[in-house]
Amino acid sequence: MYLNNILADPERLARLIEIAQNSVVPLLQGAIFYTIPLTLISFVCGLGLAVLTALARISDVKILQIIARIYVSAIRGTPLLVQLFILFYGLPTIGITLDPWPSAIIGFSLNVGAYASEIIRAAILSIPKGQWEAGFSIGMSRRQALRRIIIPQAARVSIPPLSNTFISLVKDTSLASMILLTEMFRRAQEIATTNYEFLLLYTEAALIYWVICFILSIAQGRIENRLDRYVSR
Amino acid sequence: MISIKGLKKSFDQLEVLKGLDLEIDKGKVVVIIGPSGSGKTTFLRCLNVLETPTEGKISIGGQQIDFSAKVSPKLISSFRRLTGMVFQGYNLFPHMTALENVMEGPVTVKKETKVKARQKAAFFLEKVGLSDKVDFYPFQLSGGQQQRVGIARALAMEPEVMLFDEPTSALDPELVGEVLKVMKDLANEGMTMVVVTHEMRFAQEAADEVIFMDGGFIVERGAPDNIFSNPTADRTKQFLRMIQ
Ligand SMILES: Nc1ncnc2c1ncn2[C@@H]1O[C@H](COP(=O)(O)OP(=O)(O)OP(=O)(O)O)[C@@H](O)[C@H]1O
Ligand SMILES: [Mg+2]
Repeated sequence: MYLNNILADPERLARLIEIAQNSVVPLLQGAIFYTIPLTLISFVCGLGLAVLTALARISDVKILQIIARIYVSAIRGTPLLVQLFILFYGLPTIGITLDPWPSAIIGFSLNVGAYASEIIRAAILSIPKGQWEAGFSIGMSRRQALRRIIIPQAARVSIPPLSNTFISLVKDTSLASMILLTEMFRRAQEIATTNYEFLLLYTEAALIYWVICFILSIAQGRIENRLDRYVSR
Repeated sequence: MISIKGLKKSFDQLEVLKGLDLEIDKGKVVVIIGPSGSGKTTFLRCLNVLETPTEGKISIGGQQIDFSAKVSPKLISSFRRLTGMVFQGYNLFPHMTALENVMEGPVTVKKETKVKARQKAAFFLEKVGLSDKVDFYPFQLSGGQQQRVGIARALAMEPEVMLFDEPTSALDPELVGEVLKVMKDLANEGMTMVVVTHEMRFAQEAADEVIFMDGGFIVERGAPDNIFSNPTADRTKQFLRMIQ
């Protein structure tokens, strides 16, 4: 019906095309200057945090284990949107005021850190005990075996699930619109409130997310193929 | 070379090694046989300290550990370097080529330069007859070839004693010979070896002594001919009848 109405009304159609054309550039700018850098920075920081957390979980220092468990549990047990609100709208109450960018980076990094740490921990635990022992038997310490034998193999195992985390993160960054970061989705909202073409602008934003994720999933397939080179069985 | 006194190992309630005493002279090849579950693997793993014995003393080449007291991880890793372990399932590092597998110990543990370690690794791979496979990954090698890389990897650490835990039992029959040949060559060169195996031919041809283990004890020991043709203990007779 919506389509019929539009097609029956050349003026409306022309207006929509014009809006679409005019909004593509700001939306792409939102993607290029906000969505993509936010995703990349948060993923890199999150991954670092995830490795530390995974190592803490498998270490034999009880207190590190406990801290890591609480962190993972708290992040996984609360909505990302609520975490972002606490950082951006909540913390000023106790005198900590963060701009949208740092709030978003901290929020998303903490999130990736928790989820990815579980992936990395599972990957480390999936490496057969015999690999540790082979390392020990040639005189390696636990740390050396971890660094030279276990982590390289665990990295390969964890790449497919980590790629999924990365792709989810691209989409999750749209939540940063709620803490006033003018990333792509927020721009779509802002433009839509001036011309009331919500369906058009949100669909346009959705298409851009889709294109980004589609490209990433192709890259993911390539990386996995490369890594399969050394895998037995 | 090796002296073991009162070696005991328990897993929780289960006592697997119930007090072993054994002396092995330098350059000797000792073959351990015994039924499944008798503690052969556990014994070798204790020598390599992959398991920490509950009690007892082990000394190898002048270094001694007394397991009645608490042992530091540092002492364990230096002690471990006296023995080289060859595993039943090879346990090669799948993300490294044959050459890199063998270089890994010298580079990471002994801190040798890459150049020197590479030469050393090439030397040991040649010794096990794999000069043409240095750049192959484990999954590109047959079981027999993988096990020979495993032997080269252990040798590259220049251990005093080589330990083998059923090195050929995961192999197809036609691949067993190539691994046993490498082991015989090593024995002939004067390497001290402790080998858990059911390859009676190997025991007869290469062993100086055969030990029969059962139920966590050494039941009987002696020259291969004696053990195989004139076993004294009933349990040894039974076991030999079963496997022959
Ligand atoms: N990590 C462990 N935890 C608990 N029990 C163990 C462990 N390792 C070995 N055992 C037990 O110790 C006993 C001896 O095992 P071991 O592997 O040393 O026997 P084995 O003589 O090598 O047998 P096989 O010929 O089947 O290899 C078995 O009853 C086994 O179940
Ligand atoms: Mg065994």
